Parts: sequence; C-alpha cells; structure tokens
Amino acid sequence: MSPFPQPLASVAAPLLQDNVDTDIIIPSREMRFTGRTGLADGLFAPWRYSDADNRTPNPDFVLNQPAHRHAAILLGGANFGCGSSREHAVWALGEWGFRAVLAESIAPIFMSNCLRNGILAAPLPRPVLEALASQQVRIDLAAQTVQAGGRTYSFAIDAEAKEMLMHGLDAIDLTLQQSSEIARWTCQDRQERPWVYLGQVR
Amino acid sequence: MPRSLFAKIWDRHIVARNPGGADIIAIDRVFLHERTGAAALRRMAEQGRSVRDPARVFAVMDHIVDTRPGRGDGTLMPGGEGFITQTREAALAAGINLIDVNDRDQGIVHVISPELGVVLPGLTLVAPDSHTCTQGAFGALAWGIGSSEAEHAMVTGTLRLSRPKTMRVTFTGALAAGVTAKDMALALIARHGSGGGTGHAVEFAGDAVSALDVEGRQTLCNMATEFSAMTALIAPDEQTFAYLSGRGHAPASFEEPYWSTLHTDHGALFDEELTFAAAEVEPMVSWGTSPSQAVPVTGVVPHGPARAHEYIGLAAGQPIAGVPLDAAFIGSCTNARITDLRRAARLLRGRRIAPSIRKALVVPGSSQVRRQAEAEGLHTVFEAAGFEWRMSGCSLCFYAGGEGFAQGSRTISSTNRNFEGRQGLGVRTHIASPETVAASAVAGVIADPRELAR
Repeated sequence: MSPFPQPLASVAAPLLQDNVDTDIIIPSREMRFTGRTGLADGLFAPWRYSDADNRTPNPDFVLNQPAHRHAAILLGGANFGCGSSREHAVWALGEWGFRAVLAESIAPIFMSNCLRNGILAAPLPRPVLEALASQQVRIDLAAQTVQAGGRTYSFAIDAEAKEMLMHGLDAIDLTLQQSSEIARWTCQDRQERPWVYLGQVR
Repeated sequence: MPRSLFAKIWDRHIVARNPGGADIIAIDRVFLHERTGAAALRRMAEQGRSVRDPARVFAVMDHIVDTRPGRGDGTLMPGGEGFITQTREAALAAGINLIDVNDRDQGIVHVISPELGVVLPGLTLVAPDSHTCTQGAFGALAWGIGSSEAEHAMVTGTLRLSRPKTMRVTFTGALAAGVTAKDMALALIARHGSGGGTGHAVEFAGDAVSALDVEGRQTLCNMATEFSAMTALIAPDEQTFAYLSGRGHAPASFEEPYWSTLHTDHGALFDEELTFAAAEVEPMVSWGTSPSQAVPVTGVVPHGPARAHEYIGLAAGQPIAGVPLDAAFIGSCTNARITDLRRAARLLRGRRIAPSIRKALVVPGSSQVRRQAEAEGLHTVFEAAGFEWRMSGCSLCFYAGGEGFAQGSRTISSTNRNFEGRQGLGVRTHIASPETVAASAVAGVIADPRELAR
C-alpha cells in the first residue's frame, strides 16, 4: 500500500447528501469478479450513468463534471458508506483515484475498509464540507488539517489509523509481529474456554 | 465495578493493548460467504499466508446461489458461478469448514450459524457481511467487517480495534398483538436515524426484548447495522442456552458457572441510554430509501429528502396504507426463519394474493428452515396463496444482475434495506414484517396485518 500523499492536494468533489450507501457506490450487479480490480467502471453506476447498460453518462452527476473528473477527495453527508460491508465500494473508489473521503459522519465498516486500503476517511462538520465543495483542497495528514480558500480546519483520526496511512502499513504484517503474544494468549485461553476450540474440519 | 455484557466480552478477548489506542482482540469464529469471502481467501493465498486455525473458520454459499429447485453451481447472476466455484476451491485449499450449495445445512450465513452452534454466547464472531450483528442475539459479540479484515482475522486470529462506545436500548412493557421485532427495529431507526447508533455496541434489553423468542431477537439485532451500530447484542437467557445446547459445534450443556456471568451487571454504565415503550410500537413500513424513513402502517408519508420522494414516487401527506404494489418478498437474514414463515402462513391460509402482485416469493432462510416448513405443510399454504416456494439463499434481498423484480416495480419485502436500486433497477422497496408483507400481498396494496388477523 502506498503511503498517503503528504500533502494530498486536489479538487474536492461534493456528494453532500445523507445515507449514500455502498449499494450506490458499487451496486451488487457491478461486482462481476472475485478480485479487487475492474470496479471503477461501476463506481456510482446508478447515478453516474443515465443508462447503466450502455454506460451513457449522466451529465448532472458530480464525477461527470469536468471540474471533478480527476478529484482525489470526495465529500459526503451524514452516514456515508452505510449498508453492505462490501469492500468493493472502497476498491472502486481507490481505483477511480480517490485517496480521501471527508463526510459529516461515516459508517463504521466503510471507514475501516477505507483505512485498510490507504484511503483517509474522516468526519468534518457540515459547514466545513460545504466550504470545501468544489474547491482546491490540501490535506495535511501529519498535521490533521484540511486547507482551502485560505482557511484551515482540523480533523480527528485514530492514532494508529494515522500511523498506518502515513507509512502505508499493512495491518496483517503489523499484527504478525505480535505472533508470540497471540500464541501465548491462545494457549492460555484454550485451557480456560475449551469450547471455543473446535476439532478437525470434517 | 459493574460491567456491561459488552465490556465483559471485549475485556475477555484483549490479547494486547497497543500504545496507538487499538486493542488486539481475539476472534473466536470467522464466517465467510461466496460474495465477499472469495476475495479474502484469494488474497490470502496470493500473499502466501494461511489460516491460523481452519477449524474455526466457516464458509457458506448463500448470496448469489440459484434458489430454484434442482440448482447446481449455475446462477442467474452473470459471472456468478465463478464466485461459487472459486470460493469452493479456495475454501478447500485453506482447509476451512465449507457448507456447499446443496449441503443439507446450507442457508443464509446468519441463519445457519446458530442452527449449527457456530455462534455461542460470549464469543467474538466476524464475517465480511454487515448483517453479522444478527448473531448478537445469542449474546455473542458479532459484527460485520470488510474482506481485508476477514483476511486479518483468519491469518492472525485477531483484529486490531478501537474500543467502541456502548449504548443500551431498553424496550419496556409488552408489544401489542400483531407487532413484531421487525417493527421494534424500524421504530427505533425511524426515531433516532440511520446514523443513530454510529460506532456503538448496542445492547437490547427490557421486558419486551426478553419476551422475544430467539428468532425475534435475531431480527431485532439484524437491523443494528441499519442504525450504523458496530453491532447489537442481547444477554443470553435460558431460552438461548436451550436453543443452542447440543447443536453441531455447541457444547452439550451450558451448566458451567461461566455462562451465567454473561449479562450486564446492575449499575453498569453505558455511554448512551435510549428507552422505548414497547406498547407504543405499531406495525411499521418504510416509505423512502433509508430504513430510517419508516412510519406506522396507519401513518402518512412525512416530509423527507426530495430525492427519496422522487425515487419512491410518494408525496408527503399521503397515507402509506393503500399504496399499490407489484411484488412481494418474504426472505433474508432479517425475516426468513421458521417462526417468520409460520406467522406469514397463518395470514395466508385460505387466501390468495391480489392479481396485481406479479411476482411473489418465499425464500426460506436456510435448508433446515425449508425442511421444517415443508414438514409443517407451510409450503402448500404459500403456494396455494400464489407465492413461489424457493430453495434457501439471500435471493432478491438484493439485485445481483440475475433474477430481479421488474424495473420500476414496487415491492413489499421482509428484508432490511430499501435503498435505491437495492432490489433492482428503479425498484421501489417497502420493508416491513412478514405479517405486513403477507397482508399487503393479499390486499395488493400496503396493508395493516392486524386487520387481516381479526
């Protein structure tokens, strides 16, 4: 995973409605293969195309507007990314070129999926999001700030999530460094909760 | 210090505390399905990693399997067969438990997990599926994750997590006749919003929750993800232990003192507390495109976001009862267990669905549920009423590109999501209890099930 750009500078594409769900971000019918790629074409398909079968673009949709076509920052409303846990939503956003989702609030599974794929997902108040809409925005992850139009806003992020994004760390590699601790814990737990540990796979 | 059930389970699973704020939490069970599990298994193999304890990892085919009798790996979803065959290959290579398409235990992941004694009180269980919170009904800490996290859980036996906040939702008193766990869930989300539980582990408590059978409890916990909660859980009681005793992977008995510790201590504090008078809950039906956009079936469509009104084709002020329907669906991890089917069948016995209902399906939540329903003759009731009786699977809870409802049609559905396009292109979904689906299918319009029950 590539480290988060320091800074990330891009126009911010506004999609400021509430409850944008992962079925909209990537509909189930656009998930055609078991891999993590080939998904950008289906990103926001129900809104991005006026006819999804023929891929006719809907000119009103934010990502079809020339100013937002190369946006790496997406702005959302409340409860962004709610619904299905499908990580395909994040893979599709990443493949399109997004590195950050800033929204009024972010559904928990989606947020975790973002962080595991090097995409910053952070909550910001509605008035700030409105101020960032369609602006050139600069995100400084180290300082936890967002700058646009001469103003600077702060955002909160979990310390570990920040560290992982900054350095492009892989969570599994990180946890495997504590393998011996996990093994010790499991050995003890096996004595205390034997019902947790199942026999051979039939 | 008095502790909540959540705190007891979380603390019991802390393997390590890291200075960054995340805990390393032991994961007791991982459940996969073919729609998102294949991606996790494939990636794991590509990275040269393996499953730490395969006996505690399970995979089932449920999401895109064909639900027509005589099915094989073929599915109506274009490219769907690849998800099934690749999940099978990857599961066999990884050595994990596999419940295949035509296995007698096949079914929707959250329905079969308790049937097979995979979920147990006090366990941590994760699955790359948002409705994993359903299994919290058994007093487990069970929640939905992404594919990367599923890979992490399989490879390390743990997840790195920040401790969530806690919330208790207490339903006092008793539900009125004809009101169900589904209505409780919709009433909660309608009142407090689809983001009302964001980041919280929610405990459902109170007399009306204790009075629910284990199946109703699963329905209630199922909808916690529509509340954006991390998960929901309900303290196990005698009913829970009686249900699980001796099932598949479950212990034969729950007599050890440990099991009786799995409850919230008197005086334990929650970050947030909500209280509901159960008697005030009415049969609920969604009017819009978020589960929070729901009203009592006796109510009117309120003022909501313009986009929701436009998509669903209903104006503010219009009564929700009487809205004409084209289709009806009874199924999903929310409401396709045996008691759901029994209650719907009771209303449908000796009745026919309205001629305007062009597609009506009953899809049992599991193969066990299907066999039980057939033993009770419920399938004949559904078929006589005009419903198709299917094999188990997730089916039309979501549209994967294969079988679907007609474009733009209006469905009444016992499922959990009324999102734009969830059940098909332009399909307008109204979510409700199985009773409300049955009564509405008979009426051909959205209808109050209590009237038909009289």
